[in-house]
Amino acid sequence: MSAGTITGIGRRSFLKTGVAGAAGLAIGFYLPGRFEALAAEPAAAATPASLNAWMLISPNDDVTIVIDKSEMGQGILTALCMMAAEELDCDWKKIRTEFAPAAKEYFNPAFGMQGTGGSSSVRSSWDPMRKAGAAAHDMLLQAAATQWNVDKSACRTENGVIYHDASKRKLTYGSVAEAASKLPVPQDVPLKDPKQYRIVGKPTKRLDTPDKVNGRAEFGIDVRRSEMVYAVVARCPVFGGKVASFDATKAKAVPGVKNVVEISRGVAVIANNTWSAMQGRRALDVKWDEGPNAAASSASISQLFADQMSKPGAEARKEGDAASALIGAKQNIVAVYEAPYLAHATMEPINCTADVRADRVDVWAPTQFQTVAQGTAAKICGLKPENAFIHTTYLGGGFGRKAGADFIIEAVEISKAIGKPVKLTWSREDDTQHDYYRPASYAKMAGGLDPDGWPVAWTTRIACSSIMEAWFPGSTKNNLDPTSVEGVANLPYAIPNIQVDYVRTEPGIPVGFWRSVGASQNGFFSECFMDELAAAGKKDPYEFRRHLLNKSQRQLGVLDLVAEKAGWDKPLSAGRYRGIAVLEAFQSFAAQVVEISVDRKARSVNVHRVVCAVDVGRVVNPANIVMQAESAIVYGLSSALYGEITIEGGRVKQTNFNNYPVLRIDAMPVIETYIVPSEEKPTGAGELAVPPVVPALCNAIFTATGKRIRRLPIRAEDLA
Amino acid sequence: MAIQFIVNGKQQSVDVPPNMPLLWVLRDTLGMTGTKFGCGMALCGACTVQIDGDATRSCITPVSSVAGKKITTIEGLSSDRSHPVQRAWIEVDVPQCGYCQSGQIMSAVSLLAKNAKPSDTEIDDAMKGNICRCGTYQRIREAVHRAADLHKTEAKPSRPHGTEDALEERALRAGGAA
Repeated sequence: MSAGTITGIGRRSFLKTGVAGAAGLAIGFYLPGRFEALAAEPAAAATPASLNAWMLISPNDDVTIVIDKSEMGQGILTALCMMAAEELDCDWKKIRTEFAPAAKEYFNPAFGMQGTGGSSSVRSSWDPMRKAGAAAHDMLLQAAATQWNVDKSACRTENGVIYHDASKRKLTYGSVAEAASKLPVPQDVPLKDPKQYRIVGKPTKRLDTPDKVNGRAEFGIDVRRSEMVYAVVARCPVFGGKVASFDATKAKAVPGVKNVVEISRGVAVIANNTWSAMQGRRALDVKWDEGPNAAASSASISQLFADQMSKPGAEARKEGDAASALIGAKQNIVAVYEAPYLAHATMEPINCTADVRADRVDVWAPTQFQTVAQGTAAKICGLKPENAFIHTTYLGGGFGRKAGADFIIEAVEISKAIGKPVKLTWSREDDTQHDYYRPASYAKMAGGLDPDGWPVAWTTRIACSSIMEAWFPGSTKNNLDPTSVEGVANLPYAIPNIQVDYVRTEPGIPVGFWRSVGASQNGFFSECFMDELAAAGKKDPYEFRRHLLNKSQRQLGVLDLVAEKAGWDKPLSAGRYRGIAVLEAFQSFAAQVVEISVDRKARSVNVHRVVCAVDVGRVVNPANIVMQAESAIVYGLSSALYGEITIEGGRVKQTNFNNYPVLRIDAMPVIETYIVPSEEKPTGAGELAVPPVVPALCNAIFTATGKRIRRLPIRAEDLA
Repeated sequence: MAIQFIVNGKQQSVDVPPNMPLLWVLRDTLGMTGTKFGCGMALCGACTVQIDGDATRSCITPVSSVAGKKITTIEGLSSDRSHPVQRAWIEVDVPQCGYCQSGQIMSAVSLLAKNAKPSDTEIDDAMKGNICRCGTYQRIREAVHRAADLHKTEAKPSRPHGTEDALEERALRAGGAA
């Protein structure tokens, strides 16, 4: 299968037409870009030659990199091209990209299926992309050598051109790509010495930026098909409920509404535009069978969790004898922490376009999980997976939300029911009220200090829903979901007695992967509680951590760097306070210092500055690491300052950005990011910086007010 | 009854319910998807367009209210990414997921039209209606400053390249001939 021909040619033609007016203009004000390459493209590009599943080269020297991860803002599109181009030695300006179809070749080794998440993309693509680039490079060299009848070792490449210096001959990649594509793929081609890198490790601008400043980038919600109709779905407001009956008379009377059909997840209203479909849904009369969860509330869920604290949990970590060590300790500190459900609130609301035909189904979606989308669509249509074609678009934010199959199910079922291509759009209210939420979680923490104020025991018991059991039933062992305890089970501190356990508790609210997953709440629990121990032991919070990290060099590295850059040893100006936190997440490491002021009369906190240090192993694109750190810090601050989904009557109270607020530019602190140089294998950066910012902020508030924040989000009364 | 207005210099006539928001007319009826749906309540700014030069949330603007008016969308800012705000956005590499950026850029264009040299506080004040969940705010501030510099160094009586005015002039000429 040639990936480039599936989605590629169509989109390329579209782009070419779209920029035709600009062809020939001098566009020198930005560096490498897809648009620039296109503008220079001759009128007709012949079929590209496929050198492997990721790399196609056209006779005009354009190099198409097939992107098998979802680009949702995290910069993976550019990073994958950097890895490939480093070994391929192609001309960066001639790179274009296509999103991969759903196919086995593109399975993420971290998941065993095609998908993007868990900060796994750079980590999982680092070897395959470089190896593919090196093999393709070798094939191009061989093809030129054969054409010249010289030995391959006498040839070299530079920027997409092959040279035979002895005879002063040269050939471009495009001119030998066809011949190269017919050669056997060589195995184990040596990879470059990192000292020779000219792309990897250099700050590189995003390849997708030019299409994101003029409205041209196609997100899922922008997909248009001929004969397409528009749909919205009415869903039971109570989780687990279903349709009892409905009357479509009034909905069908709304101008523009064409049809009303029941699907497995509710009632779909179909119209000739999105707005009419929304008006039709407003007029729709549905009676719901609310099911068993109609009485659930945030208070009842919190109580349910609290009741679990006396029950035995699944053991996530056990070192020494924490229970006895607590009894023998000079000082005991006990605290209960709570974190709420959180919605993802991607800027692009959930959507999916589907076209079900007798022999195939096409799905255009901003999906993070192509294999799941493919299997889901095929199953609904009674087709084989290979007849379900998944067209991944740009994602207007993902954060884990778009790993869900719910929107795929809805769109495919509607198209199947009405026999037409349909675009399903969720309103912001749908998105806020029917998410797969970051699980609410409850933790009881206990620590014991010796007479010198150093910890001798640490215990944590956590109660929350299991994400893994909700998404992949049967995937956990001994009732222990690692995502429920990550961020505390991997506590890096040298404490001789540690016990962490988990009591799986299911209140009936759908949960899912929310940027940084378990570390988002457990990082708050563990790093705030560490601060409590430091204060109880009368130690400086930085020195306290430092002392206990002597065997955790990478945590220590980011902690020392952040303290140095934040000026931890220097006094703050009057009215300013700071807090610190350090965490490992997804095999990467981050530490942060948050600097704040608190207006105790107005009961408000102002975040002035966040200093962040990260260690992500070898860095592919330093510019993107900085972007991801800033992005994650903003995401984390939103959750700490405002983020709360509350349940009442089995349904979500919040509806839109007015009552589920997120950080806006007027609350944006100055963020400084520093990278620890490393030659370790590269690891992910997309989620890493979310977990530390919440505890660092809460620890800073403690220094300002003397009050501990043990329940999120931060409330006005916490600041009085 | 058809409602007429000008989008990016081109005369448009649409036959839709008069209370249909301009956002959906642009996206679904006219197929101009650069303007984004984010909240439907003027809370996030993703749908920002200019109506007679003023930044406006198209998601709550009934199409009937723009009859006879001139609308500029992200697609109409320039034909070649040459608008100083677009150039600044590219130089600073502002977008991440990019979904909110049409609205961010349209708000920034409006701000700079009224205030050629905004301070950080003035930028925050003008841009706080535009949410970015990727957290690109730091670079948005930087890019607005950069765009202000570009505007200043390139100040000309008429705007460069196929911008709204030029396109509109062409459309009017074409209309006159028809």
